[in-house]
Amino acid sequence: MFTAARIAHYASLAAIIWRMTIELHAPDVALTAMSGDEGDLIQRLRAGDKSACAECIDRHSAGVYRLALRMVNDPHEAEDIVQETFLNAFKAIDSFEGRAGLGTWLYRIAYNTALMRLRKKQPLYVSIDATSTGNEEEGLTTPLQLFDWCCLPEEDFQTSEARTELERAIAELPETLRAVFVLRELEGLSTDETAQVLNVSVANVKVRLHRARLWLRERLAGYFTELASQATEQTAHT
Amino acid sequence: MAHTNCEHLLADLSDYIDGEAADAVCAEIERHLADCADCRAVVDTLRKTIYLYRNLPQPALPEATRTRLLAAFTFDTAPDT
Repeated sequence: MFTAARIAHYASLAAIIWRMTIELHAPDVALTAMSGDEGDLIQRLRAGDKSACAECIDRHSAGVYRLALRMVNDPHEAEDIVQETFLNAFKAIDSFEGRAGLGTWLYRIAYNTALMRLRKKQPLYVSIDATSTGNEEEGLTTPLQLFDWCCLPEEDFQTSEARTELERAIAELPETLRAVFVLRELEGLSTDETAQVLNVSVANVKVRLHRARLWLRERLAGYFTELASQATEQTAHT
Repeated sequence: MAHTNCEHLLADLSDYIDGEAADAVCAEIERHLADCADCRAVVDTLRKTIYLYRNLPQPALPEATRTRLLAAFTFDTAPDT
């Protein structure tokens, strides 16, 4: 799956993605205190230490893979994005300034790589300026589903069907909301870190996260309201 | 969302649920919730939504992917599969 030809292909993309990453890197973000452990790892990466590459992959590949998978919803493409991310990161490690943590920087490269692939697939539907900071308050999802489905038995929330419904809802989140949601809520990045990865303001991260939550609530309400309705009908018949 | 200020409060609900809203905002939301069943349903189900996705098992990096990554970047022979 990962051949020399692919490596060459990734190398040609590396310069483009790295340039994009550098260009999008806000110059005034607060310097992140780098732990001695991470500083040591970066020094070893810069020295071309193969064991450092392996250590970096072991530390960060799972998170990078999850972000990639949530962005493109395809395991094979997610793997390609992970490969490209580490290839680009190792090539550009001398330019890494430590403004953000290494993990945050890798998320940023992975996000840009995923975004570039999404643009290629859907150029008409993915914003050219994915970091657009337009008025995110506009179009705030107004709740339409007002049934309180929290009364359902807990086991109804733990079925594989319910989990599938939730996974599907996350996959269908609009792309700009999904990136914030995944980084902030699933990967556990802080609001500041998420803003650095996506090159948007902290306020923008908060608004997008709020919109994502409301969007998911609305989307899940359809499923759980129907479930509650079925339960009520069954009770009435017994 | 029948009351006129439901939409107004909507923007602060995440901060309220996360415990990050100012005291005055919390008090305003709680006064409103006491009188608005629709907004209570929205807050309850929003909390439940957050609970559900925070407890969703996360996809794991496939072992084969990890093996290929390590092989590629430590310049060993990568498996073909």
